[in-house]
Amino acid sequence: MKLSNLLAASTALTLVAGLAAAEDMTIVSWGGAYSASQKGAYHDPYSANTGVNIINDDSSAEAVAKLRAMNEAGNVTWDVVDVVAADAIRLCDEGLALEIDADTMLADAPDGTKASEDFGDLLVSDCFIPQIVYSTTFGYRTDLVGDTAPTSVCAVFDTDAYPGKRSLEKRPINNMEWALLCDGVAKDAVYDVLATEEGQNQALAKLDTIKDDVIWWSAGADTPQLLADGEVIMGSTYNGRLFAAIEEQKQPIGMLWDAQVFDLDGWIIPAGLSPERQARALDYIMFATDTQRLADQAQYISYGPARKSSAPLVGKHKTLGIDMAPHMPTDPNNAKNTFLYNYEFWADYRDDIDAKFQAWLAK
Amino acid sequence: MSDITADGPVLAADGTPLKRSLARAMRRQKLRALMLVAPLLIFVLLTFIFPIVNMLSRSVQNDIVVNTLPETVRALGSWDASSGQLPDEAVYAAFTRDMAVAIEAKKHTRLGGRLNYEKTGFSSMFRQSGRKMKKLDPVADAPFKDKLIDIHKGWGDVETWKVLQTHSGIFTSGYFLNAIDAQKTPDGVAWQPEEKQILLKLFGRTLIMSLIITGSCIMLGYPVAWLLANSTARTANLLLILVLLPFWTSLLVRTSAWKVMLQQNGVINEVLVWIGLVPDADRLILINNQFGTIVAMTHILLPFMILPMYSVMQTIPPSYLRAAKSLGATNWTAFWRVYFPQSVPGIGAGSILVFILSIGYYITPEIVGGTKGVFISNRIAYHISSSLNWGLAAALGTILLVVVLLLYWAYDKIVGIDNVKLG
Repeated sequence: MKLSNLLAASTALTLVAGLAAAEDMTIVSWGGAYSASQKGAYHDPYSANTGVNIINDDSSAEAVAKLRAMNEAGNVTWDVVDVVAADAIRLCDEGLALEIDADTMLADAPDGTKASEDFGDLLVSDCFIPQIVYSTTFGYRTDLVGDTAPTSVCAVFDTDAYPGKRSLEKRPINNMEWALLCDGVAKDAVYDVLATEEGQNQALAKLDTIKDDVIWWSAGADTPQLLADGEVIMGSTYNGRLFAAIEEQKQPIGMLWDAQVFDLDGWIIPAGLSPERQARALDYIMFATDTQRLADQAQYISYGPARKSSAPLVGKHKTLGIDMAPHMPTDPNNAKNTFLYNYEFWADYRDDIDAKFQAWLAK
Repeated sequence: MSDITADGPVLAADGTPLKRSLARAMRRQKLRALMLVAPLLIFVLLTFIFPIVNMLSRSVQNDIVVNTLPETVRALGSWDASSGQLPDEAVYAAFTRDMAVAIEAKKHTRLGGRLNYEKTGFSSMFRQSGRKMKKLDPVADAPFKDKLIDIHKGWGDVETWKVLQTHSGIFTSGYFLNAIDAQKTPDGVAWQPEEKQILLKLFGRTLIMSLIITGSCIMLGYPVAWLLANSTARTANLLLILVLLPFWTSLLVRTSAWKVMLQQNGVINEVLVWIGLVPDADRLILINNQFGTIVAMTHILLPFMILPMYSVMQTIPPSYLRAAKSLGATNWTAFWRVYFPQSVPGIGAGSILVFILSIGYYITPEIVGGTKGVFISNRIAYHISSSLNWGLAAALGTILLVVVLLLYWAYDKIVGIDNVKLG
């Protein structure tokens, strides 16, 4: 018996003895209001049903790097991990996530529709179980933008009509697309243009026109804070953050849904779990991603459920009592002009364009 | 004194020569000393040296290519890249066989990610090809050349095979070249295109800003340390608590506090506008630039400067200053010629601490640095946790380590490392 096995066995024994056979499961997520919504909608009911004790770990931001390190060390301590779709694709590429067969491992919709059909196009990777649709979009200070509130994303690039600072994320993704869109490139052609050297330079040149007016953010909480402080008059962030600032904190902020970029967030199960842990993780996933559970999460946070069958079940906010449907990024009124994050493109071009973008920022 | 007398060597009480007996006793003592430090030594080796060497060695490792595509690499060895012709069928067949194994083990996408660092597009090429090549039988479906080019047009591009050939070695200098804004191309080493050059600039900026931060810590810390060392015990204690108080506060809290202070609608700007020093429309930009980084980091690192200075100054007897003055020195001469030279070891120790801490900083620059105030560590963090290019991160880290050692060596040559004291 190897020493590590011996250690693991003795640790397990102590744990079993100490906890009177209570099962622990470590679920990794983003923390804050998002983890709270998962706790309310998934963890608490699951624990009540099964007696499994769920431990939250707020490490999703570093999930890919940490999973790779855990995998190399041969000791994966996480059972279920919440990641954005782009990270799920990379984890799947690296062989660090379990491949999922949607139809056998995920619950059918109540009307019997197969899971693969219910999730549809959102199953962007073989390892990824989508949970929510969120969007990166703009919020603006209603009291600082003057008489005509912005209606188009190009207001961000219009410093004459809307003077003042704007906040943008300190990375090329989304910003490059918006820049091209506002520089006259057709929506369908954006990624073809962005794949070329000239296209990348064109996007950077457009961003150059507002460079002195931009505060660059790296944490999702930055823009709501900057807006609340009046440091910026408009800025991009995740729609759920803006919802919290507008409805929960009653800040004078308006939503600019135009050209919002849809992205997905969901679960992966790490590769290399022991059969028992894997079975339990799959059992949890089967429960947590069924139609009702996904709709339940929307009572806590304004992200759209990833299943088509969940949309009609979305109700009111748990504490505020307001209808959640109009605050969903997928609501028809909000989704008049949208963009879907292009995973294949960014998997290829991320490093290349990021180097250019950072060099441009430092200029 | 000699150990040989007229009657032969000096003997110890038990009759052995004194020299040998002494040596034995010393050896035993040394061994005992080693045993005492052994736990720490083993701990440091296991938890510090070994992981760091392991991480840094990734900067040259490149066995993923030959491990994933062994036959292809062998077959490509005889291909003449400069001919401008695509490799022959043997290479494509070997590649199909290698890929069949790799797809089974789900390793092909990982290799695609690795090669994407060298040429954009490899990541999706391997992922897409993998999906379609699953259906190919590596024996029955020959020949493969046209089929592969049909699956992805990249396999019909000479450039693709050139990249594979160039990066097929077990070790690579590619990561180190990338770390200094160059790249390893099939035609030799070349600079990155100008619009992608950033890392050398960041190295330079990190060093210069760290020097400025160290300098401002000296300027601000010296008077405080002097005050600490020359006040009554009661006041000194109170002052020391004030110096240590920020030390006990979370780093993130302190950095965020600077944000509140420095932003355009922040405390400083509001006060300046209120007393009329700055027009409302033209508020000062104090944050999200180099100034913000320097201010916040100077504040955060100040205790590391004050404490060594203070402990050295405490050992300087005040009577020296009085003696100098009684011999006719002015206040300035007495300070500059008598007091200051004795306090230099404290400045040296503090400077080394502050400088080395600041070149590795990344949280504070990330929060208050904007675009022009970020350090090389921010790029290292990006490559470790976002782009997963650990090879490049390791190369950057190695270079940073070597630069620090070089500076340390230069410091030793100029000032002398004996001239550093922590008290």
